[in-house]
Amino acid sequence: MTSVYQERKQVIQDVLAAYPEKTRKKRQKHLNVLEEGKSDCGVKSNIKSIPGVMTTRGCAYAGSKGVVWGPVKDVIHISHGPVGCGYYSWSGRRNYYVGTTGVDTFVTMQFTTDFQERDIVFGGDKKLAKALDELATLFPLTKGITIESECPIGLIGDDIEAVARHKTKDLGKLVVPVRCEGFRGVSQSLGHHIANDTIRDWVFPAYDKLSNDELGYTPSPYDIAIIGDYNIGGDAWASRILLEEIGLRVVCQFSGDCTLQEMKLAPRVKLNLIHCYRSMNYLCRHMEEKYGIPWVEYNFFGPTEIANSLRKIASYFDATIQEKAEAVIAKYQPQADAVIAKYRPRLEGKRVMIMVGGLRPRHVIPAFRDLGMEVIGTGYEFGHSDDYQRTTHYADPGTVIYDDVTAYEFEEFARRLHPDLIASGIKEKYVFQKMALPFRQMHSWDYSGPYHGYDGFAVFARDMDLALNSPTWGLVKAPWKTHTDTV
Amino acid sequence: MSQNVNAIQDHVQLFHQPEYQELFERKRQFEACPSPEEVQRVAEWTKTWDYREKNFAREAITINPAKACQPLGAIFAAAGFEQTLPFVHGSQGCVAYFRTHLTRNYKEPFAAVSTSMTEDAAVFGGLQNMIEGLMNAYALYKPKMIAVCTTCMAEVIGDDLGAFITTAKNEGALPADVPVPYAHTPSFVGSHIDGYDNMLKAILQTLEGKKGDSTGKLNFIPGFDPYIANIRELRRMLTLMDIPHTILADNSDTFDSPNTGHYVLYHGRTTLQETAQAINAEATVALQAYSTEKTRDFIQTVWQQPTCVLRPFGIQGTDAFLMKLSKLTGKPIPPELEVERGRAVDAMTDSQAWLHGKRFAIYGDPDLVLSLLAFTLEMGMEPVHIVVTNSNEAFEQEAKELLARYPNGGEATVWGGKDLWHLRSLLFTEPVDLLIGNSYGKYLWRDTKTPLVRIGYPIFDRHHLHRYPTLGYQGAINLLNWLVNTVLDELDRQTILPAKTDFSFDLIR
Repeated sequence: MTSVYQERKQVIQDVLAAYPEKTRKKRQKHLNVLEEGKSDCGVKSNIKSIPGVMTTRGCAYAGSKGVVWGPVKDVIHISHGPVGCGYYSWSGRRNYYVGTTGVDTFVTMQFTTDFQERDIVFGGDKKLAKALDELATLFPLTKGITIESECPIGLIGDDIEAVARHKTKDLGKLVVPVRCEGFRGVSQSLGHHIANDTIRDWVFPAYDKLSNDELGYTPSPYDIAIIGDYNIGGDAWASRILLEEIGLRVVCQFSGDCTLQEMKLAPRVKLNLIHCYRSMNYLCRHMEEKYGIPWVEYNFFGPTEIANSLRKIASYFDATIQEKAEAVIAKYQPQADAVIAKYRPRLEGKRVMIMVGGLRPRHVIPAFRDLGMEVIGTGYEFGHSDDYQRTTHYADPGTVIYDDVTAYEFEEFARRLHPDLIASGIKEKYVFQKMALPFRQMHSWDYSGPYHGYDGFAVFARDMDLALNSPTWGLVKAPWKTHTDTV
Repeated sequence: MSQNVNAIQDHVQLFHQPEYQELFERKRQFEACPSPEEVQRVAEWTKTWDYREKNFAREAITINPAKACQPLGAIFAAAGFEQTLPFVHGSQGCVAYFRTHLTRNYKEPFAAVSTSMTEDAAVFGGLQNMIEGLMNAYALYKPKMIAVCTTCMAEVIGDDLGAFITTAKNEGALPADVPVPYAHTPSFVGSHIDGYDNMLKAILQTLEGKKGDSTGKLNFIPGFDPYIANIRELRRMLTLMDIPHTILADNSDTFDSPNTGHYVLYHGRTTLQETAQAINAEATVALQAYSTEKTRDFIQTVWQQPTCVLRPFGIQGTDAFLMKLSKLTGKPIPPELEVERGRAVDAMTDSQAWLHGKRFAIYGDPDLVLSLLAFTLEMGMEPVHIVVTNSNEAFEQEAKELLARYPNGGEATVWGGKDLWHLRSLLFTEPVDLLIGNSYGKYLWRDTKTPLVRIGYPIFDRHHLHRYPTLGYQGAINLLNWLVNTVLDELDRQTILPAKTDFSFDLIR
């Protein structure tokens, strides 16, 4: 281990050498090798990205519209400002939902106030108010509307809160102003937080006074909410099925395939289950503080962690739930074993480098391990120190840790650490594939999925196999080329 | 148990299984969704003329627009120049979006950097971000040129790009002789096609050499054309005609680079040196009008060089293009191209029966739409709804003149400034046989059952179409192929029910 540790430390130093001194000093703090027995990865995080280095990060708007609010299906989300933000994020994230799009659900549509110069000069509040009226006319079944602010809104001094308050009364539909301008914060992360706060401030209070009857809700002792599952490729459904099987009642699934009604019910559940801690812990903490609802983190990637998580979740409930959890684990174990029996021999010993957002840089490590694969590097696009603390629970000592990794660093690490597979995002995918490195997108599941739950693990294993064992990689080098200069 | 390890089901089949269908049903009790009858009632209403009128009365909300914002076009243009790093001054999220968007369309990496401006830069201005950004980008990526454009954040706060870049050079962030052209590309003005224009003009301005003897070359500007094979086809035709040329700028390799096992950052084909000499070309030919207006004006007024717009799309467009080139250069149109013309016309006559009189809707960028109208009108097709979100008066005039030249153009309405939600109403109230547009057209296909021919940008859900030219005689054959085979696929879909419709499920068509 020591030699690997030293070797990888040296790799970091070598890669850093390309930077101007000032930048090198800054970036140095974001890179490390995980040490045995440490409770932290020893990297700085949630700090401004350095100009000019090709960060992979997005913005607060992406965190709110793209991640937290966007999947809420019966609410219209306006990209308030110029046309681009809504255009680029339109249908980009595969938040699956059931509904008649354009009639009772709206996730894969793009609504924008399409700001022109005059809106910048004279302000956009009047246009916004009119836009809300028009939406109410054309989409009578929408349950509410969020205003997802783009950069100019905060710079030109618009009062979207006043418009929202006025229009909530006027239209009889909830209108939520979200101050997620892209220049706020250092990444998507602040957008998650801002979106969480708008739920706290604009959604929950509007329904707190209603009785359960008025909400059409009959509580049960087993009511839970799934928080922070965006249902990419159906992840939340593949999770929900297990939770229901152990006897729990999922009354809110936030925010993948979520409705406003489910959000109204969330403060009334017995336990919040949080999958993506990074993007939704704020709301769980709020619900704990205000409504006394405990919350628990869980991990539904790979059978080892699924079993651990089901037991942990069940421990919050009575013996019947705990017994059912054991029964469910026992029921699915043969399925998981069959998947492992088939794919482990094909994947054993393969080395992976991960770089994504949210929870995945740590949560998928055990799923790879279940398949005999080893994660040799991982890092977060927009993690905080609490993410890096939690990572030590999952990652092996000697894992290279990179925070807000730059394109240059990521490429160089890959060249020097020789992974077999890169698990990252679309901007990275073809860079590494040009290096003849197998790759899977870990934001969109490369248009596959689900990857959560036992059913998802089978898909995960199949996909890692098809990526790694594709014969196309063997074609990259022309047979008449003799030099061995590869990645 | 849902998964059989020998036939693992992903989302496409898994959620059709009974246990998941039951799960959806259980979930409904917490959703407070409207009843299926109510959904049906409203869905039917959205198909009516009443809804269409309300939809077209919109003044403030845009729904499903067919346009992006300026910087996307700017970095697309910059990527055609030799060792040039696109550099976007403003918020960083924009650059993540642009790179993602281009990458999803081409399935190629796209490098661009941001100055990552945040709240403090909004207050104090982005000078430090610019200096640091240029320093780091130069150190890491050793570009020969850095092409700067802006996001709306930098535009709203009014950053002075020229002064910032000068300061950065004075402070030694990068060598003084590295060209750093810059363009203001506010997203609240125009669209991606204007960003292309602004960036290209800035680059030509920055790199321009001394006015001197003619190089005897012609300059060609492709415009914001997503079909990178068009540039290759253009080069091939020019080579066949033996016309010395400079393409401003050739990004075809950027969006289609070989897999050799080595990632190479820069693929822009137009050298800085030949760009500098573009001022001394005989003339400049733009293949698009509305993505090149400012650039052509600059070339005409400042370089005092003749410019023209030629659209080598469809048979007559390509004919006119070649004849004009022949006139400009005195070189004859080679027999090879004449043979190609004959093959394309032959293919069109072979398929004409299946496309003649087919009524269609089309949407996209103004120049793209004009090029497709030219071809479809030649085929005897009947354009009905023409939706151009990023329209302008000159385009609408040009489109109307083109339509007026054909008897089959008489049914068409040009809907400038409208979006795809308007188009949805048009398709429901006045149905057509075909829809031509980008991948977002699939939602219109789903809702209105109008078969979609994917032509445009972005195309995310089909692979490799950008590798085929739509330009010239070869391009006409590709367009024909996509159009006629969509019609034939649709015919098969309509006649596939055994004992119901399959008497028309013809083997030979």
